[in-house]
Amino acid sequence: MTEAMSSRARVARVVAGLKPSGIREFFDLVMSMDNLVTLGVGEPDFVTPWTIRESAMFALEHGKTSYTSNWGILELRESIADYVTRRFSVTYDPTCEILPTVGGSQGYDLILRAIIDPGDEVILHTPCYVAYEPMILLAGGVPVAVETSFDEGFRLDPRRLAARVTAKTKAILLNYPSNPTGTTFDRATLQAIADVAQEHDLILLSDEIYAELTYNGAHTSVAALPGARERTVVISGFSKAWAMTGWRIGYLAGPPDLIRAACRIHQYSMLCCPILSQLAALEALRSGGEPMREMVEKYEQRRRVIVTGLNEVGLPCHLPDGAFYAFPSIASTGLTSAQFCRKLLVEERVAIVPGSAFGAGGEGHVRCAYAASFDTIQRALEGIDRLMRRL
Amino acid sequence: MKQVLDLLRREARLSPREIADRLGISEPAAAAAVRKLEDDGVIVGYQALVRPDKADDGRLTGIIEVKVTPERNRGFDAIARRIYEFPEVKLCYLVSGGYDLLVFVEGDSLRDVADFVAEKLATLEHVTSTTTHFILRKYKESGVKLVDSAAADRLPVSP
Repeated sequence: MTEAMSSRARVARVVAGLKPSGIREFFDLVMSMDNLVTLGVGEPDFVTPWTIRESAMFALEHGKTSYTSNWGILELRESIADYVTRRFSVTYDPTCEILPTVGGSQGYDLILRAIIDPGDEVILHTPCYVAYEPMILLAGGVPVAVETSFDEGFRLDPRRLAARVTAKTKAILLNYPSNPTGTTFDRATLQAIADVAQEHDLILLSDEIYAELTYNGAHTSVAALPGARERTVVISGFSKAWAMTGWRIGYLAGPPDLIRAACRIHQYSMLCCPILSQLAALEALRSGGEPMREMVEKYEQRRRVIVTGLNEVGLPCHLPDGAFYAFPSIASTGLTSAQFCRKLLVEERVAIVPGSAFGAGGEGHVRCAYAASFDTIQRALEGIDRLMRRL
Repeated sequence: MKQVLDLLRREARLSPREIADRLGISEPAAAAAVRKLEDDGVIVGYQALVRPDKADDGRLTGIIEVKVTPERNRGFDAIARRIYEFPEVKLCYLVSGGYDLLVFVEGDSLRDVADFVAEKLATLEHVTSTTTHFILRKYKESGVKLVDSAAADRLPVSP
């Protein structure tokens, strides 16, 4: 028996087969250094607003330490429903169409597992957040990448998307504003994507975690468009807009059959989200509006400063629509993104992330997160400038 | 203009170039906006925010609650002026509540401030009473914390 065991691989094939992240080595190098100027962090540099922290302390003092319903606290779901209606003009029934999740991350894990049968294809646009493809694979699905490019401003051409639909396609995964490109999709593009989904009876998974961090006009949720709501699950959360990454609290919003299916997994795998985080999220929706707007205003100003600076030092960069990432091209340097970032790290002690981390279309670019103080952004730009002069 | 003012309220030392970059306007437009705010008297000065414990220059601030009898036809303004014209007075507000004028007096020592109150303030005609509080520690001023706080320890890089 023991021998039989040892002859089998101990780690499941799907896990063993996950591509080792191309930037693991780079990340390890970053972690081994100190005194870095970093634009490498994909989270707000702000601490969670005090009003939210204070309410969590109050809740803890009053013994809020138990499980909640699998569905989370009803008042939170009602509050999320109100918020989504107010901000994005989509109406959800808080009793069965909204599910609090442990960050947006658990949200897309749940919904992917809830909809994917082995071999189902999920179309996604790249460059994209590093977790999407592995999560699709872990759910038994097959990721199908539609590459977007710098020249088209990383905008998604719905016709190229439609061309990748096959009999096995189950869903389209969207992320806008996007990590790492900062690009968002306008109403016309989203409508065309929704039409593709309708024509082929596909589910739309819409990661809108950066919705509040939209600087050019208002964010449009694809779920708000005609014909889209019943086939769309929105994945969102509190991490980015309210600087609550460590609380791990987000939510899914969508039609009841899909949300119930997600909750069926959630009840066994997670039981419920931490109660303190749920209460903190409730407070964020109650009183976190003003501090959130102040943070968004800061991001918007930093966005202009970093994009101006990157273009000045010779790295062409679009003005991102949202999120807190600038994604300039480094093609002119002749280096790969990993080489460029390594040189910048070792020679100037400035940390940014190689575009190759973000899948097809990411190579030739670097991701500079401007969730950092003006001083940090300035010092990073000076380091990049010095490196560019030596190249 | 309001955006420029909002920026300078928090960071008075921003250059026109920095203001321009942050707001997406031209540098001359930013410089003109600052000049107009100054010319119109909207912005009347720029000062450093100083932590007294670090500067360690022995300066001491007394907060004095002053009750006065307002003068016929001149209200509180005349008596307020008699008080705020003293260079020792760093702050002077007319307030609602249990007293009338809130006055911050700065001096080199407790004796300095106490003498100023006893000799200059309390003796003014129309001043009916004063209550003095000495500042022991400043935690926050103008929205800025004046104490050490641990920096949040974010990972240096994350996806």
